[in-house]
Amino acid sequence: MSRRAPPGPLDYGRRLWLRFSLWATFLFLYAPILMLVAFSFNDSRRNIVWRGFTLKYYEKAWNNDSLIEAFTNSLTIALVSTVASVILGMMTAVLLWRFRFPGKAPYEGAMSLPIIIPEICMGVAMMAFFARIGWPANLPWPLNLGAITIAHISFSFPFVAMVVRARLARFNPELEEAARDLGASQWQSFRDVLLPYMRPGLVAGGLLAFTLSLDDFVITFFTSGPETVTFPVKVYSMIRFSVTPEVNAASTVLIAITLFLTTIALWLQNRAQSS
Amino acid sequence: MVRDPHGRPPIISINGVSKSFPGGVQALADISIEVAEGEFFALLGPSGCGKTTLLRILAGFETPSKGDVFIDGRNMSRVAPNHRPVNMVFQSYAVFPHMTVAENVAYGLKVGGGDRSGIPARVEEALELVRLAGYGDRSPQQLSGGQTQRVALARALVKKPRVLLLDEPLSALDAKLREAMQLELVRLQETVGITFVIVTHDQNEALSMADRIAVIEQGRLLQVASPLELYEYPTSRFVADFIGKMNLFEGTNLGCAGGVLSVNVNGLGRMDIPCEDNIEGDVGLAVRPEKMLLYDHRPDDRLAYEAIVDKIAYQGSETRVFLSTGDGINFEVSVRNASRRAAAESASGSVWVAWHPADTLILRD
Ligand SMILES: Nc1ncnc2c1ncn2[C@@H]1O[C@H](COP(=O)(O)OP(=O)(O)OP(=O)(O)O)[C@@H](O)[C@H]1O
Ligand SMILES: [Mg+2]
Repeated sequence: MSRRAPPGPLDYGRRLWLRFSLWATFLFLYAPILMLVAFSFNDSRRNIVWRGFTLKYYEKAWNNDSLIEAFTNSLTIALVSTVASVILGMMTAVLLWRFRFPGKAPYEGAMSLPIIIPEICMGVAMMAFFARIGWPANLPWPLNLGAITIAHISFSFPFVAMVVRARLARFNPELEEAARDLGASQWQSFRDVLLPYMRPGLVAGGLLAFTLSLDDFVITFFTSGPETVTFPVKVYSMIRFSVTPEVNAASTVLIAITLFLTTIALWLQNRAQSS
Repeated sequence: MVRDPHGRPPIISINGVSKSFPGGVQALADISIEVAEGEFFALLGPSGCGKTTLLRILAGFETPSKGDVFIDGRNMSRVAPNHRPVNMVFQSYAVFPHMTVAENVAYGLKVGGGDRSGIPARVEEALELVRLAGYGDRSPQQLSGGQTQRVALARALVKKPRVLLLDEPLSALDAKLREAMQLELVRLQETVGITFVIVTHDQNEALSMADRIAVIEQGRLLQVASPLELYEYPTSRFVADFIGKMNLFEGTNLGCAGGVLSVNVNGLGRMDIPCEDNIEGDVGLAVRPEKMLLYDHRPDDRLAYEAIVDKIAYQGSETRVFLSTGDGINFEVSVRNASRRAAAESASGSVWVAWHPADTLILRD
């Protein structure tokens, strides 16, 4: 009988307590999600015990016009606010990285405020702000999403700026100078050297902004009008009456979409890096 | 005082350039240098003396606080870096990590616009010039330090600049490779015939490569001269000490008569040194360690002082012997190890340190 060697200092996988905590983490992280997905196929209204497989709640969700509308609203807001946040966040990061100007430190602090102040305060502030300036209600779609989108941009772009800024801190400024030295104009050296360097940060920041916008409840709740309902707000109002598998089905679709987009983004980034 | 056999105007002329950075750092003070076309010119000085700043002013990344720079007869004060007839090899090489070797070299040709048909051939030619033919498809991450440096060289040379600026191009390489690249750079410069301005803090590098060297200290230009002149006839204590090793003695000037300067050296007594013109005021005397010889008896045809051997440092081709006199004067003598026997027999005890009066330098600054 051969005795197994004692675990080495870096053999974490063989230490029992570490393995235990690893599995526990997985359990707490993913069990609720797996449950949600599984029960979206459950053939039962009360949704507590498994009664057999069905797709009827997907069909029901698909035919629930207000749910689909909320879903479309959410995706539209997320897309627009992601694009805007990436551009704005990138410009902010480059500004803070490249230039020295009076009031830079306060500016930098103010920029990260949306990250640290409680969401509820931000929501109330946004609501008060839009009411004060008399933001028009009853605009046609998609203009009626303007207020929510602006609110989402304002709390997402600092995240993009932070991610890109962190990456820029390791940028060798001689690379940009080398491009200039070889004949590139300022814009060309930005496009050919700085932008490719920032790309992983932009992708990561974009993903962050997308998910932040997609699942934001508090700020959206305060800035949405009666006709502009987003998916999280809609789910909340549905659940107040009853937990139906319809909600599970819609959530599963949302998870699928998010995973799909993330995969595409990562794949794009990988391809850019390996080429 | 640029010596151009064809009487052409200097390719670079730096006229009274000063540079102060915000915060009060004076990086350069009133520098004037002229570089002849086709010259291999070195800027030499200790760390922080302003070499990089001067090079960046030539490339257009810094603007002088005072003075002008002319390149190829044109005043550069309002010319952006991308419109200057110079290219630079950066200290970090700055090879674009997201482009292949060939794309890196082609970048300067593509970005200017114009005819693109000749680019692949020119890239190939440039890679051949730096002995990297066949490396075009590699990514910079797959290259060694020396190869990366040669990509940076090819990328700059392919633009056929009037002047190539190099900022400590060899400092990241190990000693052996550095020596090989020194020869390679000289060969390259002779092949392409482009003026090279190289920044270095390594005096051996400057001495072995450059046609002329400018020594800078704390932003001030001390001396511009050929390697031989700089080593054998430095004009200031700083240059004498910075280039190579030097024994420095301080003394009182006793007067100059009949081509002989008499100096009363503290601790060594009177020395008579041949000199050309009248020198007044206190002077420093300097002798290179390799110009000094060790004797076990007093030689009568040269200056000689008795001293005790303190320490010996064997360094392969030579042995450095450190001595001191009873009056606290220190000597450093370098003995060439011309044979194995000579290498094994090291000096010890009391010996005579001697040198020719003509090998003594008179330093006024
Ligand atoms: N952008 C800047 N702002 C302020 N001070 C600067 C700046 N760039 C350089 N300096 C200062 O100017 C002086 C000269 O710097 P420089 O980089 O030219 O030195 P160097 O001779 O190239 O040194 P090294 O051999 O270490 O590279 C230094 O004291 C440095 O601190
Ligand atoms: Mg430097």
